Amino acid sequence: MPMNRDDSASHEAASAPGEQAAPAVPSGPSIKIRARDINVFYGEKQALFDVAIDIAEKSVTSFIGPSGCGKSTFLRCMNRMNDTIPICRVTGSIEMDGEDVNDKSIDPVVLRARVGMVFQKPNPFPKSIYENVAYGPRIHGLATGKDELDAIVESSLRRAGLWDEVSDRLMQPGTGLSGGQQQRLVIARAIAVGPEVILMDEPCSALDPIATAKIEELIDELREQFCIVIVTHSMAQAARVSQRTAFFHMGRLVESGATDEMFTNPRDSRTQDYITGRFG
Amino acid sequence: MLTWIAILILAALSTVAFLVGRRKALASAGGSSAKMHSLPGYYGTYVALWVGVPAALLLFVSIMLGGRLEHGLLTATEPPVLQQLSSEQKELFFEDAQALAEGRQLSEAIYEPDVKLALEAKANEARVYSNAFRQGTFALMGVLVLAGFLWTFPRLNKDFRARNRVEGWVDGLLLACSIVAVITTLGIILSLVWESLRFFSSVPPADFLLGTHWSPQIGMRDDQVGSSGGFGALPLFAGTFLVMLIAMCVAGPVGLFSAIYLSEYAGPKARAVFKPLLEILAGVPTVVYGFFAALTVGPIFRQAFNSLGGLFLGGPLNELGLYLGQVQNQMALVAGFVMGIMLIPFVSSLSDDIINSVPQALRDGSYAMGATKSETVKKVVLPAALPGIAGAFLLAISRAVGETMIVTMAAGLQAKLTLNPLETVTTVTVQIVTLLTGDQEFDSPKTLAAFGLGLTLFAVTLVLNIVALRIVQKYREQYD
Ligand SMILES: Nc1ncnc2c1ncn2[C@@H]1O[C@H](COP(=O)(O)OP(=O)(O)O)[C@@H](O)[C@H]1O
Ligand SMILES: [Mg+2]
Repeated sequence: MPMNRDDSASHEAASAPGEQAAPAVPSGPSIKIRARDINVFYGEKQALFDVAIDIAEKSVTSFIGPSGCGKSTFLRCMNRMNDTIPICRVTGSIEMDGEDVNDKSIDPVVLRARVGMVFQKPNPFPKSIYENVAYGPRIHGLATGKDELDAIVESSLRRAGLWDEVSDRLMQPGTGLSGGQQQRLVIARAIAVGPEVILMDEPCSALDPIATAKIEELIDELREQFCIVIVTHSMAQAARVSQRTAFFHMGRLVESGATDEMFTNPRDSRTQDYITGRFG
Repeated sequence: MLTWIAILILAALSTVAFLVGRRKALASAGGSSAKMHSLPGYYGTYVALWVGVPAALLLFVSIMLGGRLEHGLLTATEPPVLQQLSSEQKELFFEDAQALAEGRQLSEAIYEPDVKLALEAKANEARVYSNAFRQGTFALMGVLVLAGFLWTFPRLNKDFRARNRVEGWVDGLLLACSIVAVITTLGIILSLVWESLRFFSSVPPADFLLGTHWSPQIGMRDDQVGSSGGFGALPLFAGTFLVMLIAMCVAGPVGLFSAIYLSEYAGPKARAVFKPLLEILAGVPTVVYGFFAALTVGPIFRQAFNSLGGLFLGGPLNELGLYLGQVQNQMALVAGFVMGIMLIPFVSSLSDDIINSVPQALRDGSYAMGATKSETVKKVVLPAALPGIAGAFLLAISRAVGETMIVTMAAGLQAKLTLNPLETVTTVTVQIVTLLTGDQEFDSPKTLAAFGLGLTLFAVTLVLNIVALRIVQKYREQYD
């Protein structure tokens, strides 16, 4: 039975087994992803310990915490990217819309079309801008003809706020764009397959402040349609873009809750220390 | 003998210079190395280098040039008795004179008594020259040693920047080595070009490059020297190209796919087995591939084609049957096939490196889009690696074109202008080998033709290598 340890890492605070994480996700948005008892091992080394969290639909959740605390690792559990690391082993349950993503019946390849991912360093494929965005629709057979594909490419680029900048050079290599443009291209690429969730692992850490501001603006717009999870090193960014925040420390989820509340009134002393810059 | 003693003395002097130099520098700092600009050893090394190296260089040069110089002096004046001899006999005479002077074995030439006397006189002359030369060398070496010592030793004190000076010597040494490498290469190229020019003065380049008739053995006969009909190298180029093509048809796909398997699919265990195996394959000497081709693959292929031909006999394809029935052991297909096997590890290890240098972020990006492994390999990894792989293929082609042993043993010797893989063909390299093996005079068009072929081969592989390395390099820069 999954235990709700969402509001606090302490076992004492756990509510009754099976109960919804009511205090964690206040009324309003429903829960998109519900993770329980997540333990992750890289070989012998354990990277995550009993992580349990609820992630709300159509909102931005940010993961903060010092380097190496397991934020990326947890993010990669949600689209099973950890499967691509041979030594990595994940236990526990992650339910998306009530379905366990680790279940044998779930094809990770299909899952990843539903859960898009944006990486720290922009990684456009060495193809044209058009082909980068068309990549996902092509492999998933989402478009039946050239016109339909064109339409998907255009609307994805528009939603990623990149269309106006690249519409006249769609056939030029995506690697020729600036870092910020590349990152938005990658977001467009992820959007093109119509995901439900978008995971972003420090998407702005390689960008300058202006490009960062654009991405943040974009994230805020995308929140209307997607469930977004963003890992960030910047407390200010977490405060700006996210409605809910989760603080990780040494492989454990220390606390999670509404972003305003967490930044003004953290419950755990470690969160307080981190937010006030005393470590990490 | 004396030379060895000189070297020993020089080494001893350098050692002494090292010790003395270090001692003086240390003394100037009152015995504390902390107060010195450089570590004490640097001061010693500095003196030792100046004492030893110039003299050693002089010795080296004198050994290299001494024989030439003596020979020049010796032949400057000819004793009158030599007038009866031919120029070749004269050459032999002077060589024997030098040999006699140095106490070496004489040639088997038999001299008239008066010539013999002249020979002894010349030998004495040679002894005088070489003694004088040697003494001069040793004296000059002594001067250099002394000068080196006087140049450095008085300047030593604790503030002297010996470390930087020694660094300068190291610089110079490395530079000298690379200059040697470059000059040697240039020398080879120049001699290749030079001899080729001699060849092309008797055979027009157009006839050589485009002519279809290759029979250089005929041109060797005096009455036909320079007959251009025998030096049309087109069949050789065709044969080289055919064998290369077959080799690449084998090595290209197999090498590339095994590289993809190794870098993308194989687990650590499979990698641990396959990688060393491929490296072993790369270490097999080509002559082994050669007899593998000639003794194993050739007969197997011949039998296969012969019996295949048997099936057609009497049918509508009777002609084909007859043709297949007379296929020989030696054919382009066998040579190309075995050469392809030889190139597999080459192609696969180069491609493996290149595929591995495709950033993991691209693969992650593709997986995160919901692509499968083979989709990722086909649509992201390979296109990203393609320029580099093209470069690897070009390098392999250049190896195939220059490969000699396998084709010598398995392709045949007949220069035929054909693209039929079942025919025996001959290649540029094979012809160079046959032109130059055995006793040869060095300036008949026949031997010079080898230089023409060599130059062509060199030009082709040079261009291939340059283009290939450019491509590979550019590709590397893209993902630094
Ligand atoms: N591929 C991997 N192999 C082995 N250990 C890993 C791997 N990826 C991450 N780890 C380890 O897991 C821990 C958490 O890493 P990560 O999730 O990347 O942290 P964060 O993203 O919070 O900085 C770290 O101690 C890290 O060393
Ligand atoms: Mg991380």
